[in-house]
Order: sequence, then C-alpha cells, then structure tokens
Amino acid sequence: MLFGFPLLSLVIWLPILAGVGVLATGGDRNAQTARWIALAGAVAGFLVAIPLYTRFDPLTNAMQFVEYSPWIEHFNIHYHLGIDGIAMPLILLNCFTTPLVVIAGWQVISKRVSQYMGAFLIMSGIVNGVFSSLDAILFYIFWEASLIPMFLIVGVWGGPNRVYAAIKFFLYTLLGSLLMLVAFIYLYQVSGGSFSILDYHRLPLPLAPQILIFIAFLLAFAVKVPMWPVHTWLPDAHVEAPTGGSVVLAAILLKLGGYGFLRFSLPIVPDASHYLSDIMIALSLVAVVYIGFIALVQADMKKLIAYSSVSHMGFVTLGFFLFNAYGVEGAMVQMISHGFISGAMFLCVGVMYDRLHSRQIADYGGVANKMPVFAAFFMLFAMANSGLPGTSGFVGEFIVIMAAIKVNFWYGFFAGITLITGAAYTLWMYKRVVFGAVAHPSVEEMNDINGREILVLAILALAVLWMGLYPLPLMEVMHTTVDDLLAHVARSKL
Amino acid sequence: MTEMQKLYLLVPLAPLAGALIAGLFGRLIGPAWSHRATIALMLVCVAASVTVFMDVLKGNVYNGTVYTWMTSGDTRFEVGFLIDQLTATMMVVVSFVSLMVHIYTIGYMHGDPGYQRFFSYISLFTFSMLMLVMSNNFLQLFFGWEAVGLVSYLLIGFWYTRPTAIYANLKAFLVNRVGDFGFLLGIGLVLTYFGTLDYAAVFAQAPQAAAQTIEIIPGSRWELLSPICILLFVGAMGKSAQFPLHVWLPDSMEGPTPISALIHAATMVTAGIFMVARMSPLFELSEAALSVILVIGGITTLFMALVAVVQNDIKRVVAYSTLSQLGYMTVALGASAYSAGIFHLMTHAFFKAVLFLGAGSVIIAMHHEQDMRKMGGLKKYMPVTYWTMFIAALASAGVPGFSGFFSKDAIIEAVHFATLPGAGFAYFCAVTTVFVTAFYTFRLLFMTFHGKPRMDHHTEEHLHESPWVVTLPLVILATASIGAGWLIEPMLFGGYFGNAIHILPQHEAIAKMAAEFHGIGGMMAHAFTTLPFWFSAGGIFAAWYLYMVRTNLPARIRQAAGPLYTILDRKYFIDELYSWLFAGGALAVGRGLWKYGDVIVIDGFFVNGSARVVAATAMLMRRFQSGYIYHYAFTMIVGVFVLMSVWLFV
Repeated sequence: MLFGFPLLSLVIWLPILAGVGVLATGGDRNAQTARWIALAGAVAGFLVAIPLYTRFDPLTNAMQFVEYSPWIEHFNIHYHLGIDGIAMPLILLNCFTTPLVVIAGWQVISKRVSQYMGAFLIMSGIVNGVFSSLDAILFYIFWEASLIPMFLIVGVWGGPNRVYAAIKFFLYTLLGSLLMLVAFIYLYQVSGGSFSILDYHRLPLPLAPQILIFIAFLLAFAVKVPMWPVHTWLPDAHVEAPTGGSVVLAAILLKLGGYGFLRFSLPIVPDASHYLSDIMIALSLVAVVYIGFIALVQADMKKLIAYSSVSHMGFVTLGFFLFNAYGVEGAMVQMISHGFISGAMFLCVGVMYDRLHSRQIADYGGVANKMPVFAAFFMLFAMANSGLPGTSGFVGEFIVIMAAIKVNFWYGFFAGITLITGAAYTLWMYKRVVFGAVAHPSVEEMNDINGREILVLAILALAVLWMGLYPLPLMEVMHTTVDDLLAHVARSKL
Repeated sequence: MTEMQKLYLLVPLAPLAGALIAGLFGRLIGPAWSHRATIALMLVCVAASVTVFMDVLKGNVYNGTVYTWMTSGDTRFEVGFLIDQLTATMMVVVSFVSLMVHIYTIGYMHGDPGYQRFFSYISLFTFSMLMLVMSNNFLQLFFGWEAVGLVSYLLIGFWYTRPTAIYANLKAFLVNRVGDFGFLLGIGLVLTYFGTLDYAAVFAQAPQAAAQTIEIIPGSRWELLSPICILLFVGAMGKSAQFPLHVWLPDSMEGPTPISALIHAATMVTAGIFMVARMSPLFELSEAALSVILVIGGITTLFMALVAVVQNDIKRVVAYSTLSQLGYMTVALGASAYSAGIFHLMTHAFFKAVLFLGAGSVIIAMHHEQDMRKMGGLKKYMPVTYWTMFIAALASAGVPGFSGFFSKDAIIEAVHFATLPGAGFAYFCAVTTVFVTAFYTFRLLFMTFHGKPRMDHHTEEHLHESPWVVTLPLVILATASIGAGWLIEPMLFGGYFGNAIHILPQHEAIAKMAAEFHGIGGMMAHAFTTLPFWFSAGGIFAAWYLYMVRTNLPARIRQAAGPLYTILDRKYFIDELYSWLFAGGALAVGRGLWKYGDVIVIDGFFVNGSARVVAATAMLMRRFQSGYIYHYAFTMIVGVFVLMSVWLFV
C-alpha cells in the first residue's frame, strides 16, 4: 500500500488516468501542457513502481502485493493481481522506459501531441496490467488492449507505409492471441470453473491436451517475442513506427511474449514443454543464427536493429527451454537488457532521423565529425548490442550460452555464433554511418545532440553499464521464483 | 581490507580514473591537464605495481574476491584478484610500458584534435589489461579480454576519417571475435564440467578432470581437457594473432604508432601467451593441445617472419616481426616452457616497444612517410633514435648479451628438449627463423638509417631528432632491452614463478636446461658453438651485404624469385581468401536468407498469401451479397423449386 492505495493497482491505473488526463488537454493549442502532464504522469508511474522493488521479498515463492476482489462473479472472474520475481523486473523496466519515451518525443512530435503522449501513458498502464494479472480473463483483456495504443501510434504517427505496417502488426498479433483465449476457456472447463492462473499451474492434464494448449499459447507468445518464422511483422512495424513507438515496441511489447512463456506455457503444460523443447530450441537457434545473417545485409538502420532484436530475443526463448537456472535467469536478464539496448539503439537512430529524415545507412557517413558526443553514446550502445562484457548485453547472452553448453555443446556453439554476427552487423553499420569522412552535404549540417537527448541517452547508458558491471541486484530478486518455477516444471502433470 | 589489498585495487583503478578524467572532462580541462592527469595516475599505477611486485617477491601471494558480480543457479560469478609471481610480472611490464607510451604520446600526438581522447583510450586500455592479468577467474579474464579488444578497436580506428583505419579496426574486432567465440565455448565447457570459473578451484580439480572423456562429435570420445584447452587456445590465437587468425595485426598498424607499441606489440597481443601460461595446470594435462600449440606457433614463427623480409613499410616490418616473435612465445608454451614464454614476452615487450616507438620517431621526422625506400641516412639526423633502435635490433636478432638472445635461446633449447608430436617441426621453424629475424631487422636498420638519403630535398632539410618526450622513453626502454635478459637465471631457473606455473614431470624441458645452465657467461660462451648464433650472425651479414654493399642485388633477387616473391608480398593471399570466403560468403548467405526466406517464403507465401486467400474467399462470398432484391428473389424461387422437386420425386 502506498498512500492507502494498493501498489499494483496504482502502478496500473495511475499512468492510465494520467493518460486520460493528457488526452483531456485536447488539441495542439495546449501541447505544452500535454507534454508536462505526460512527463509528470510517467515519472510518477516510475516512482510508484520503486516500492515494488524495495518492498519485494526475494525469499518467498508466493505471489506478492496480491490484490483479489470479485469482478464478474457469474463466470468466476476476479480482479486478481500479484507479482513474483519474474514480473517485477519487467514492470520496473516498463515504468522506467515510459518517461524516456515522453522526453524523447518532446519536440519531435508536434502534431496531435496529447494523443501521442496519452497513448504511451495508457499503454504503460496496460502493460503493467499484463505483467501483474493473475486472472486469465483479466490478463487477456490487458493483453489485447495493449495492441490498441501501439496500433494507433504506428498508424497515426508512423512513416509513409504506416497503414500496411499497423494492420500487419495488429492482425498478426491478434490472430496469434485468439487461440490463447480458446485455451483459457478449455482450462476453465477442465478446472471446474476457474480463471485463476495459479489454479491452472496446479491442474493435472494429459499429454495430448497439454500439447494442444502449448501450441495455442505458442502462437500467441511466439508472435509477440517474435520467434522465427513469425517475426516478419516486426521489421515492418519498426520501420514505420515513430521513434517512441519503436522504443516501446522493442523494449516492452516483445517482453510480453517472453513473459507469457514463463507464466503460462512452462508451468501450465510442463510435460508438453519438455516434449516440444527440442523444436523450441531449434527455432530459437534459427532465430539467433539465420536472423544474424539477415541483419548483416539490411540497408535500413531500423530494419537492421529490428532484425537484431529478433536475434537477441532468440536467446530468451532458448534460455527458457533449456530448463536450468542459468537459462531462465539468463533469458530474464536478456529481456531487461534488451529493453535498455534496443530502446537506446532506436533512440540513436531516431536522433539521426530527426536531423536527416532518412533511415538509410547509405545516406549517412562521417557522423562522428559533426556529432562527437552522439557518436560516443552510439558507440557504447553498439558495443552493448554486440554483447561486450561490462555492458548489460553481455550478461544475458553469456549465461544463456553457458546454460546451452551445459545441455548440449552444439546448442552453445550455434548460440555463440552471435558473438561474431552480432558484432559484424552492428559495427559494420556503425562504421558506415558514424566513421569516415563526411559523406554527404546533408551530414555536414547535422548538429550534435542537445541536452534533452543527452539526458535520455545518458540515463540509458548508465542503466546499460550498471547492469553490465553489477547484475547481482537484479539476479537476486529472481532466484527464488526461478528455482520454484524450475522445480514446478520438473514435476510431471500427467 | 588490508593495505596491500587497497594497493591491488589502486593498480587498475588509477588508470581507469585517468581514462574517465581525460574522456569525460578532456574538453573542459584541455590537452595539457589531460596528459598531466593521466600520466600522474599512471605513475601511481607503476609505483603501486612495483610495490606489489616487491611484496610478491617476498612470497606474499593473494587470491581473493572484490565483489560478487552475480549469482545464478549454484554458481557465484565473482570479480577478484589473483596476485602471484606471474601476475606481478605482467603488472610491472604492462604498467611500465604503458607509462612510457603515455609520455611518448605527448610528443607523437602533439596538436592532434583527438589528443585528450587518445589519452583517455590508452589509460582505459591499461585498466582493461590490468584487469585481465590480475583476474582470479575466467569470467573477469574474458571481461578484460574483450575490453582490451574494444580499446584496440577504438585506437586502430582513432583517425576515423581514414577509410583504411576504419576497415582495419572492424577487421581486427571481428577476427578477434572469432577467437573469442572459441574462448567462450572453452569457458562454457569449464563451467559445465568443473562447476566454477574460479582458477584455483578449477586447477584443483584438473587432475580428476583429466581422466574424464567427452563426446562432442557423436561417436568419438575425447579426453575432456583437450577440447577445453584447444578452444581456450583459439581465443589466444585471436588475441595473440597466431596463424590463421593473424590477419588483423598487420592492418592494425593503421592506428597511431604509440598504440602499435603498447597494444599491438608489448601488451595486448601477449594476452594469449599470458592466458596459456596462467592455465598451465590445464594445458599440461592435454598433450593434444600442446601439440596443436607447437604446430601453430611454429607456422606463425617462420611464415610471418618470411613476410617481414619483403615489406617496405617500416611499421609493417615491425608488425610482421611481432607476429613471428609471438610465434616464438607460443612455441615455448607448447614445449611446456611457460616461464621461457613469459620471459620472452617481457624482453620482447621492451625491445619491440623501442622498435615501434623508434619507427614512430622516424615517421614524425619524415612527415608521416612510412616507406623505407624513401628513407636512408637518417643516422646523422637522429642519433638517439638510431642508437636505441640499434640496441633493440641487436636484441631482436638475438645477439649474445642482449635480452632477446637469452629469451629466444631459452625457447629454442626448450623446444629442442620437447618430445611431443610437432616439436620437431617447431624446432625447425624456431631455428630457421633466427636467420630471417636477423636479416629483416637489420634490413630495416640499414634501409632507414644507413646509406644515401633517398627522401626528397624538402623533407631532408627538415629532418631533426624528436623532442625529449619521445627520446626519453626510447632510452629507458632500450636500457631495459639490454638489462632484462640478465634476469634469465632467476626467472627461468631460480624457481621464480613458484606455484604460478605448473609443469608435469614428463614435460620438464626447463629443468633439463637448468641442469646444463652454468651462469650467464657460460650461456653466452656456449652460444658461439650453436646454430642459432651463426644463423643470427649470418642474417645480419646478409642484410649488410645486400643493403649496404651490393644494393642492386635485392631487386635482381626479387625478379629471379618471381612467384615466390609475389606470394610473400601478398602475404600468402590469405587476406584475399578470407575476404572472399568469409566476408563475401556471409553477405551472400544473408542476402539469400533474406530474399528467399523472409521476403519470398514467409512474407510472400504465408503472410501475404494467407491474406490473399482471405481476400479471394471474401471476393467470392461477396458475389452472393449483391444487394439486388430480384437476385435474392430469384435465388429463393430456384431454392423452393429445387426443394419441392426433391420432396415430390425422391
């Protein structure tokens, strides 16, 4: 409780209410008011999330900050919230990202400012809802609701091909999630009328229905992550999305898929998870290796980073299905780290796009000459994206590779290829964009980043370095939950 | 925390502080204060390193944790220091050479717009390298390993507007990443089978692990330690530029010269050598790995030295010389003569730093001309540079009395005693290369400093000796290149390394040498009866004859050699092969996967295809919803007619 309000509800509804408040400022005449309200709401959203960390008990495997009240009693649906060591870091990541996105869009967005800012705040609240719901229907509502703000962000503030991208994004993810609803209704039936996710965790199930449920969940989560081969919506969505949209998409929305695997697939259908783990591992490794090569040949910076995201998220799904502590914890760290790094990479591209209005690598060259401070930040994030030790990008990849070798040397071998491809596509892009003599007259006119941009990038830089040099505080909150999860998954439900 | 522990921390943190000051506030405090701050902190670092070294000499070895980096599963990953004789030696070499290079940089980089950035980078490098050598576990080793790679990348590309520089730094980083890929897999196997990454714990379990086998390729069982050691050595091959991962080092000469001396000769490239010596308790137990090391080292020693013979760029000669000398160190490791390898690492650090910094001094004087064919006769203009380089050349050629002689001779002797498969080949390479080394080193000296000046008139008028900040480090390092050799007795035969290096009784090449060692004087006297000495003298003589006496001969030999010359000149066409096979191959694979995988199959067929199926079905269904009442009425009549027919007649 904070000021008499239950914490999780506060974390969900405060940003949403602030978002509604921002929307209420109306047209662009009040743009400045909208910005300040949005910033205040986003910062407040982050501040109220901090007690989730400070008051978190890392030693219990029970759900914490639980809220439980009836909602639709006829169907036994409850407003049931609670978090564990898996959900809590993701909520913090989300609340951390929102203020950055608001600041990053401060001057860049000049049309429909209140709607833009409002959409991000509302989305922030909705995503917190996804991470803290313990009722399947409540989860599903938040899950699908999160599509709407992003659909609008891409469709309204996006690039020239935004409508195609927005619809592709929406249909892809919507179709994926529909079968999840079917699975919930099936589980409702067999559990004797419960929508509680925790009940599902304890529900015994034969292998055949487990596999069907696994596939239903897989479609929903694999599209979100996204796993190969259902990843093709992501590059299009990123390319067309405004910078803030790309940041939230990469940093937050992809994590919904990863979270889904941990909250639903593994604990509800553990036998099917084991049964199909080879396929999952194979798909993950394809993502890591195949996508790594594809990223190498992209001419569009945002597409390159989008593909790089797919490749990095391959480590997340790989880690989950190795069924050891290194793997799951490494995957969690990878999700948080990817939130920082991909967000920062998209911001860096956004900074250049704001000046030159191009995402094509070929239109740049020699940016370091005109923007040395920016070049230094971009270098740091590029190195983090290549998984350099000392940055957060290393931690997750390292532990997942260790986990993979533990299971099978060749899993580690293929996952490790990212060491080479990741560095190749990131640094080759950096070389062509930032290094060299000034390549075009338009680059000559680029100005170095301003205080606002420095603020955003510096915050992310500190986050990346802090997590790279001292990941222990993050790891410690996860241990009990992950151990409990692994013990649970090891027990057959047949 | 004891006083000594604070000192351990101070050693890496002082240069880190310098790097942060010069990097973050360099613009604020200006060039002069940037170099004052970094150099002052480097002095602190050197002083602390020497104090630690003295303390270790008294037998105070330390192994402890600084902080827990993270925990996962049952494993604690920690950051900690292992301070023993091996570490302390490296600390002194690294911090000392680094300090010299810091001072030298004041002169070399004077007026460069990136002056502060440069100081920040070299201090950051020193920090990373010290973290690498002081580590007490594989994880921190890997951190330092990649961090020095990062700084090397930044420094090779320091002049980032030059296309060649930014090509070279990308190449260096990626080739190193190939090595690191193997290294990381090796670390993964260590963690899997030993359950820890802490050196002491791993080494303690090594003898039991040696009995285990592993099946990496189904159907063939290997001794566990062989793949582990070979994979770790792949990392060393990247960082220490061993064939076939050597291609990045010659290109790295695009970086400013102080960097070539500090990173690409004296310290970073020796990280691989250091690592293998540090892991001696593991490598000792895998004869397969030692054989691989012998062969790879032998190839690198001889074949890279041969390339140096035909180079005309002064820095490239020294670069290929570095490759060859690193090959010597690798050969020493393969022969289980770890202490000889580290000893050569140390003497090489000094004399090669002189050669590089001297070459840099020449390059400044020549207004950034690096082609030796346009030099000549510089001796009278640059006496300090000449004489220091002369000393370093004698050391490099292995002339008795100079440091390189002692360390190289020790390696050759050790390989001679080695019995593993590959030792014979390595011995042949090591001995032959003595001739080649002497030849190319003195070729460099004669072409640069002796004979008639071949530069244009304008350049010749402006020739002068470099300022004291450049020559002082040269003199100090040249002194070290003479003196360091005399430490052979304590370092190799005096039990200097204590427990830091572990050698199995059956690999005791060093012990056999110790039995035959009768003091430094005896070693020098004995040298006159051995092949290496006469090879060395022959090499110097040949260089003198070809480049001082019959100066028209080299061109004729080149013509006569024909294709042989071309092969050497093009460095065995390895660069061409790699850029075609790996760079071109990766791009072709990427384009193929993108075009046929993502665009045509997934998006074209499945995604847009299913959208098209939906659209086509909808189009078909739409036909029925025409909206005209007479269509619906007609359909109804037909329907009623059909139903009635069925009802009536069936």
